[in-house]
Amino acid sequence: MEHYISLFVKAVFVENILLAFFLGMCSFLAVSKRVETAIGLGLAVIFVEVITVPTNWAIYNYLLKPGALEWAGLPDVDLSFLGFISYIAVIAALVQLVEMIIDRFSPSLYSALGIFLPLIAVNCAILGASLFMVEREYTFSESVVYGLGGGFGWALAIVAMAAIREKLRYSNVPDGLKGLGITMLITGLMAMAFMSFSGISL
Amino acid sequence: MSLFSKQNIQFVKDPLMDNNPIATQVLGICSALAVTVQLNTAIVMALAVTFVVAFSNVIISLLRNKIPANIRIIVELAIIATLVILVDQILKAFLFDISKQLSVFVGLIITNCIVMGRAEAFALQNKPWPSFLDGIGNGLGYGLILITVAFGRELLGSGSLFGFKVIPEAAYAAGYQNMGLMVLAPGAFILLGLIIWAQRTYSGIVAE
Repeated sequence: MEHYISLFVKAVFVENILLAFFLGMCSFLAVSKRVETAIGLGLAVIFVEVITVPTNWAIYNYLLKPGALEWAGLPDVDLSFLGFISYIAVIAALVQLVEMIIDRFSPSLYSALGIFLPLIAVNCAILGASLFMVEREYTFSESVVYGLGGGFGWALAIVAMAAIREKLRYSNVPDGLKGLGITMLITGLMAMAFMSFSGISL
Repeated sequence: MSLFSKQNIQFVKDPLMDNNPIATQVLGICSALAVTVQLNTAIVMALAVTFVVAFSNVIISLLRNKIPANIRIIVELAIIATLVILVDQILKAFLFDISKQLSVFVGLIITNCIVMGRAEAFALQNKPWPSFLDGIGNGLGYGLILITVAFGRELLGSGSLFGFKVIPEAAYAAGYQNMGLMVLAPGAFILLGLIIWAQRTYSGIVAE
């Protein structure tokens, strides 16, 4: 149990997928203007990460890994070069599926998350988490925890950023620095603050 | 229309400065920064992205009348992913060390917004040759920012360029120190913020 808590804390704070690995910047910059929309997108990202990372884990371990096709009687086949295209296909398909299921069973959740779901299919944070999961050779339960932690860390960063930008609207920023420039500088300061967690290990 | 008419050259030149994909269109920062600790990796990444953008633009432009509008995103993703796998395999075969350093970020070219953005905004409406040039221009414009950030980070962070020490020992002896911040993630954010500031002041763009 301790191991999983440690992994979660590490994924949220120390190795924050946005602030330490720069993933998911596009939607982070575009959707962090208001806190409410940021929360919506953050929740949608957590949701999709928790589903896609374990699914891609299964795809990698039972279909693509060298020797993974042993159960089908093909122990020598190595399909790992097909990784990228399979993960992105899984992500795109799952996002579509999740969108349809939410629409059918919870219209209120759909109206809250609906517009963000298509955006998520091309969010680097989602694909990035799957690729890190493969590179770090997580087990199945680790991949669930990592998906949850990665998504949560991203959501935390975007909500914090949206809150800062709401306040920022009243400040007098130099012309060239307005918008993207100042946002990058603030992200830098936020990344610095998150780095101070790096000593933590449970 | 000749191959290098004024308009065609404009497709390449425009994204380099005035309409830079990172600084003005806010695209593709996703995987841009993680590879900028060293110049070597930044240059390889810039070339890889240029290759993928240029050829995905050409292929999508060739197929633009065949792709049904409602499944175009999936088709585009499949084309881009195929090109990225190609790049990844080539890097693994010929530049193994750099491919190890780039780790997951080669794969993340798939979700780089520039590639998708150019396919949607340009290649779907234009002929293959202008699309190719547009891809080259945007790839290089992206590379330009990437290399500028990497130049600053490697010089200030480790006192070297391309792995060679450029800051003389005498400077260290006189009390100069490498700036540890530049090697870490925040350095990249802050440096990029400053570059965008300079670029926007130069081209006179004001946001919002």
